[in-house]
Amino acid sequence: MTEHASLQIGDLAPPLELPDTAGRLTTLPFPGEAPATVVVWTSNHCPYAIAWHDRLMDVARDYAEQGVRTVHVNSNDPERKPADSYEAMQQRVRDEEWACPYLHDDSQDAARAWGPLTTPDVFVLDTDLRLRYRGAPDADYDDPAQEASWMRAALDAVISGGVPEPAETKPVGCSLKWKE
Amino acid sequence: MRAPRAPGGVLSAGVSLRVEVLWWQGCPSWEQAIELVRAEMAGAGLDPATLRVTEVQTDDDAGREGFVGSPTVRVGGVDIQPTEDEPTGLTCRIYRRRDGRVSPLPDPQDIRDALAAALTGDT
Repeated sequence: MTEHASLQIGDLAPPLELPDTAGRLTTLPFPGEAPATVVVWTSNHCPYAIAWHDRLMDVARDYAEQGVRTVHVNSNDPERKPADSYEAMQQRVRDEEWACPYLHDDSQDAARAWGPLTTPDVFVLDTDLRLRYRGAPDADYDDPAQEASWMRAALDAVISGGVPEPAETKPVGCSLKWKE
Repeated sequence: MRAPRAPGGVLSAGVSLRVEVLWWQGCPSWEQAIELVRAEMAGAGLDPATLRVTEVQTDDDAGREGFVGSPTVRVGGVDIQPTEDEPTGLTCRIYRRRDGRVSPLPDPQDIRDALAAALTGDT
């Protein structure tokens, strides 16, 4: 497995400027613009990412009402995983109801800067774009009743100016598919 | 007709029922898959200790084993959820559960049915 630096709790988020599936460049909000921001590394091919997907979309919808911004990012090498090509991402967004932009990290620079370990890997930032929660959406990919409870608790804490507890959980999923 | 069977996953006719889990360390559910299959074997009256567990470590291994993703469960040499034209390789496998959900683990009922079919010779 390729090792890269990984963002730590309290770190300022690296810049993120990536195209969504319509080709629009998408960036993080300015500091103070959103009460919290969620960045989820995900993929099309991974059963863990798919199993959690609906829960993650529900969180994006529910918290958008409070001004929370959410983006999902796919950094996988399409040579290794054709299901993660830009075209496949576009098709997926056409076929499904996405509640947030799905960004394409073709160069894998964003993944190198943020250091996601798996798909999915959830990053919750506060209004100043500092990392406040990192890890899995909830305790069980196979149990929709979990409703991404860890992620929701982290967002509730951040929005109210508190500190998520725990701030970090072990991400569970497929490894990033780095270009060779 | 149901074939009488002896303990240990061996049919009395002398034919072993080979139950296998092939796994790759890149997918975190492999231990759960092994536990799941062992539980279903016990439920079917088979000795869970006879489960053959094989770690697939390289793409070459995957090609040789016909491994299309982790975990792969075979009963009597037959994949419990056969795939069509899926390339071999080191990847995590997508299972469709009976309630329609996607999961990294097979539906226990699929394992149960595969074991029952093999034990009754209905394959």
